Amino acid sequence: MGASFLLLAIVLGISLGTVKVPILSTIQILLAQLFPFVSLDGVDQMHVNIVSNIRLPRVILAGLVGAALAIAGAAFQGLLRNPLADPYTLGVSSGASVGAVVTLFFQLSLPVIGAFTLPVLSILFSFITIFLVLGFAQKIERSMRVETIILTGIIFSSFLGALISLMIALTGEELRQIIGWLLGSVSMRGWVYIKIILPFFLIGSAILICNGKELNAMSFGEERAHHLGVNVQRRKHIILMAGSMLTGSAVAVSGTIGFVGLVIPHLARMLWGPDHKHLLPLSILTGSAFLILADLVSRTIIAPIELPIGVITALVGAPVFAIILLKTRAERSG
Amino acid sequence: MLHIQHVSGGYAGQSIVKDVSVEVNKGEMLGILGPNGSGKTTLLKIISGILPASEGSISIDGNKLSDYSPKELAKLIAVLPQHAADPFSYTVKETISLGRYAHQRGWFHSWSIEDEETVLRVMEQTGTWSLQDRNIQDLSGGERQRVYLAQALAQEPRILLLDEPTNHLDLSYQKELFDLLKKWSKECELMVVSIFHDLNLAGLYCDRLLLLHEGKIVIEDTPNEVLKQERIQTVYHTKIAKQPHPKVPVPQMVLLPEWENEQVQEIYQVDPSVIHASSERIVVKTKQPLKTMSSGVIGSGTGWYQNFVNRHVDKTYDCSDHKQEMAHYLERNGFLPGETVGMMTAVKLEDVSYKLYIDGQVSIFVVVTAGVGNAIDASVIDREVFDYKPGTINTWIFVNGELSEEAFIQSIMTATEVKVKVLQNEEVLDLNTGTLATGTSTDSILIAATQKGISIEYAGSFTQLGRLISRGVFECTTEAIRKSRLRKEGMS
Repeated sequence: MGASFLLLAIVLGISLGTVKVPILSTIQILLAQLFPFVSLDGVDQMHVNIVSNIRLPRVILAGLVGAALAIAGAAFQGLLRNPLADPYTLGVSSGASVGAVVTLFFQLSLPVIGAFTLPVLSILFSFITIFLVLGFAQKIERSMRVETIILTGIIFSSFLGALISLMIALTGEELRQIIGWLLGSVSMRGWVYIKIILPFFLIGSAILICNGKELNAMSFGEERAHHLGVNVQRRKHIILMAGSMLTGSAVAVSGTIGFVGLVIPHLARMLWGPDHKHLLPLSILTGSAFLILADLVSRTIIAPIELPIGVITALVGAPVFAIILLKTRAERSG
Repeated sequence: MLHIQHVSGGYAGQSIVKDVSVEVNKGEMLGILGPNGSGKTTLLKIISGILPASEGSISIDGNKLSDYSPKELAKLIAVLPQHAADPFSYTVKETISLGRYAHQRGWFHSWSIEDEETVLRVMEQTGTWSLQDRNIQDLSGGERQRVYLAQALAQEPRILLLDEPTNHLDLSYQKELFDLLKKWSKECELMVVSIFHDLNLAGLYCDRLLLLHEGKIVIEDTPNEVLKQERIQTVYHTKIAKQPHPKVPVPQMVLLPEWENEQVQEIYQVDPSVIHASSERIVVKTKQPLKTMSSGVIGSGTGWYQNFVNRHVDKTYDCSDHKQEMAHYLERNGFLPGETVGMMTAVKLEDVSYKLYIDGQVSIFVVVTAGVGNAIDASVIDREVFDYKPGTINTWIFVNGELSEEAFIQSIMTATEVKVKVLQNEEVLDLNTGTLATGTSTDSILIAATQKGISIEYAGSFTQLGRLISRGVFECTTEAIRKSRLRKEGMS
């Protein structure tokens, strides 16, 4: 079900836009990309160009970013036993943004890794942020209640947001580049960006999926997981690092796109249950499909103007966040 | 065997548990007791490896716990938490299956037939089978606790640690849980270490108890040795009393509320004003319940009672279930059976004899009805005929004072000895044997004390109370027998 949802989203995402490519042609072009022996007879050459050079990379990037944010969100939620945790609410996205903005601001390009400077710094900053947020939350309250972590995340987000604004204010000509990047978008990124995110996505997702059992145990609390035989400290760090890697790389290629990591795991959990062995792969499928569709809506709804994709995810995500919050409150008091 | 040797530990360099040593054998249940903040939970956390021991060592069969990996440790020790967080809606079976985590190998943790069998078995043992597809968030506290117990058992541990496992459970679940644990600890040679809030529950189920106070061991011994009144009062800073369990040989501790003390101020005295005698029944109604030891039809044994009823029944009274009938009778006449001691007699109640006896601070009120038509000599064992004739001696002694259990028993002895002597003086004969009678076959006795005012340890015939009882029972019984005889002679 998740997979067919994704396929549908991909085809729709490629087919629709300012220039409509017929569905059949879309499928034909897609197959030709995968299998060279499929002929492109009878397909408009312009359509082939649009699909393979503009739409396809855009859709793939949107899919990868959505998948990365969703699986990271699912892992954070399980680890912190908190259905409200996601890269965005925990401040990890903001941390990654700071990393990216710093790179753009100082025009940094580290030796050896070159084009990967931006994602590497984003990931590094998201690591630092998640450890700071959790460390701080634990200082406030040993038991690290849901609200404490969220509040700490918000404090850090605001602070980091202010840092970004400061850098934007100080910047001159890079301003447009930074703002455009910050708003969050998957447009006009091309295949280069896919190459940037793909390795981090594969490694991060593989690590998380291998820790599905541990996440199940951890979602009963760290002590419980310890009693069940999980090496809690090690696993926790591995999972946090993998989640931050996914978030950092997603932010590096598309800016901050909120709420995907919150809404998608929640939806997947409602549909298929909380077992992380299924939840994590399903979050990948649903997350990518969701972001492809969100991107589709963002560029078609008031065409030819493109809305930032973050606007769409926030419009869907914020009400869902509010509902989850109300539900958890009601459960606690009831 | 679990060996805990000179263990100290706590949080952030501050030792909460100090130099604790204890051993637990296979199949044994150890209870950890102590007031709040005495280090019970910390000790359990050190044993389970959540907290490191700053000093000392813990070992199982000679192998130190610190040498085990978390997975290996989970195969040895399982913990039943006080309450686990369950923020996600796992099913019961998914939750229990997590208990197999430590037994699964490889990157993908393949689920083996053995895993499945173990999970099915523990579900059956804990009665969670029928819940397996339910969502744990929808379960009641008791059901949830059984699910986590099943999860712990699925680990197939050798040691089970429990932190106040009955905290949120009602009475029947508490009993159920510990009955199960007791059974398994014996059958599976499981070592069980549990923290208890409830001293009585601990005394009932544990083989040994460990009492902690400010992180140190006060005593570690059998429940009978550990649960001493003075010790518990000192450690818990509260007033308690100790009494035996009615069915099993373990002590039970009861709290002494403060209002009990305040009432000492107004000492209540039982005197002849409390008696209301009619031809149908003699009633003594006291303002406060009295601690009573009696052999009545209703309210016999030991208890606290406020109404005392001696009911006249006809000589032909015959009822297969006289207890039931008596309870109905009491209710009909406005006495709650739970607050009442009820006796029966065929004697004319006008022949009752009662009097208040005072000697200094001690005073008693004696009420006797006596019929000797059925008198027997209890020392003659072989009786050929048993020809029932009505006749009963009911002796009531109300004591204004606080009696020890010993004094209660001695009062009964003294009263009985005097009664026998009265029958001899009055030359009451056992008509079957022709010997002097010692009583009737249906005699009843009642000792009731206000348990306030003067404290009376003994009631042997040489003590102040004993002498009062002697005099009172002698005079009243003699008078009652004579009255009864006179009436019979007058009638014939």
